[in-house]
Amino acid sequence: MFHLQGITKIYRKRSQEVIAFRTDLLDIAKGEYVAVVGPSGSGKTTLLSLLGGMLSPDSGQVMFDGQSLYDLPLNTRTKLRRDRIGFVFQTFNLVPYLSALENVQIPLYLAGIAPAEQRDRAVALLEQVGLANRLDHKPCELSTGQQQRVALARTLANNPLLILADEPTGNLDPESREAILSMFDGFIRDGRTIVMVTHDPAAAARASRRLRLIDGSLDASDSISDAA
Amino acid sequence: MNLRTLVWRELSERPSAMLTSTLAILLGVTALVAIRHVTVFSEREVGQQLQSLGANVLVLPKAATLQDYYSADLTSQTLPESHVSSILLANLPGVERLSPKLCVAAKVGDRAVTLTGILPQSEFQAKAVWQSVSLFSNKHDGCKKAACGPKTYDGAPEALATERTIDQLKGNEAIIGADVAEFSKLKPGKSVEVLGESLQVLAVLPRTGTVDDGRVFAHLHTVQRMTNAGEVVNAIEVMGCCEDAAGGLVPSLTALLPDAKVVTISQVVSTQVGINRLMSQMSLFVLSILVIVGGASVASTISSNVRERRREVGTLMALGATPGLVTRMFLFKALALGLVGGIGGCALGLVVAMLLGSQWAGVTVTPLPDLLLIAIAAALAVTTLAAYWPARSAARLDPCSCFSDV
Repeated sequence: MFHLQGITKIYRKRSQEVIAFRTDLLDIAKGEYVAVVGPSGSGKTTLLSLLGGMLSPDSGQVMFDGQSLYDLPLNTRTKLRRDRIGFVFQTFNLVPYLSALENVQIPLYLAGIAPAEQRDRAVALLEQVGLANRLDHKPCELSTGQQQRVALARTLANNPLLILADEPTGNLDPESREAILSMFDGFIRDGRTIVMVTHDPAAAARASRRLRLIDGSLDASDSISDAA
Repeated sequence: MNLRTLVWRELSERPSAMLTSTLAILLGVTALVAIRHVTVFSEREVGQQLQSLGANVLVLPKAATLQDYYSADLTSQTLPESHVSSILLANLPGVERLSPKLCVAAKVGDRAVTLTGILPQSEFQAKAVWQSVSLFSNKHDGCKKAACGPKTYDGAPEALATERTIDQLKGNEAIIGADVAEFSKLKPGKSVEVLGESLQVLAVLPRTGTVDDGRVFAHLHTVQRMTNAGEVVNAIEVMGCCEDAAGGLVPSLTALLPDAKVVTISQVVSTQVGINRLMSQMSLFVLSILVIVGGASVASTISSNVRERRREVGTLMALGATPGLVTRMFLFKALALGLVGGIGGCALGLVVAMLLGSQWAGVTVTPLPDLLLIAIAAALAVTTLAAYWPARSAARLDPCSCFSDV
């Protein structure tokens, strides 16, 4: 699915340069469950942004299903992200003034789906994550676990093949954490690919492959593949 | 879910955040609409007065101050009634009619009215015969009117409202203004009690929107007798045959009546013309305030909204929102502010103009649809332009801001 070659991403601030991420070669296959671990500031989120088509590298190529992601025009890249990539955020990033139902409708609206169909699909997705009785609740009226489930329903709205998750269990209680990780297991069984940034060793252990990042570079010795 | 829902939900959830800029637009539009409405109606009124009264000249007591033609006779100063005869005897070129007036405050029921004494034209004809003078037959030089001199006027007493003179009026008769008729429920043929005397209502004047609506007109000599005023008048209206005659009459009348003030309608309305000019300039000033203050306020509000919503915008972009959509989202928000401010300002400005129009300029204001549409369009244009750059900057936001840390 992903083929990263000769990638360097540098942040410049006040004439100082920091290498946020660097790799000579990184492949992520379709259906893989990859956990990216490492200390804060090691470049985990930069990697996630590069994979999501939101942060162009200073050098190298990010190939996504055979296409050079950053050679695509901005709008095409946005459309590709909308149709094929789903995001899960640590703080859920729900729109606070919209109901659970409306939050799930957002990606469907962005995909140009008619309002009636948006609603039907959003209701079905919220039922799928066990929130059929919370359709009209605003995020502030939901528990953190319920908010993350709304966010997951939103992620699944356009049936993405790839899920990029940024600390998806970071703000959750053990019970909600387990529920979310079980859903991730289900996504893998459905044939989706997951790249998950996490600090949580237990969550990382559920992945089929773990990438350790230190100072922007992949530590090859820690790249463990359960499948292998 | 659509763009409108997305924007409306935010605005309805947190209206206070947008209140300041809406208020700035609303107040700007209010001032613009109020001033322009009063100015337009005041200009129309002046134009109408110049057209209908352009040929008229007022003879007033020297000390009289004058702001409005229709209320010129509402003064405590008086002139001797003999001035009327002087003008008649002088047979000045271009004079067609005379209308001396004497006004006193009176009451009909509990309501204050102005009792106005007028002299019917039949009295002049009698006076002319009695004094062996030809009545208003002297044509002025270069007069383009086919026939000068006393013309055949509309004999109906209601014509007093427009002609400002009446052919016949007996000593025990009265003609009442529209307001007086309305509050006293009087009709022609009934009696009206004024200053302890009963007068028979001859006619009710059509509504004019001037002080004449609140008058009770009676014979001049009846009013002089009722008030023990003696043979005096407050004003003499001299109707010229045309505007050219009015200009020529002023020096003649001034020479004839040195103790009187002689003014034309153009002089009467000159103050109002000046005020209208000032208000026109003021409306341009208000428009510039609307553009600067309203625009700056909207730009600041949308800019801070973009900063506050940075992560939300990043999330929408991560979910597939294009920069174009993000721009439209913020422009739509600004348009909503402009629409609320524009419509609210129009409504408020109209109310202000309707309430204060009569006090500011003595005019009755009704809505001007074209002006209201222009005001709303101006509000929308200002908000859209002001929000354009903040909206563009939102579209250039880094979508990575959706992540908790980078």
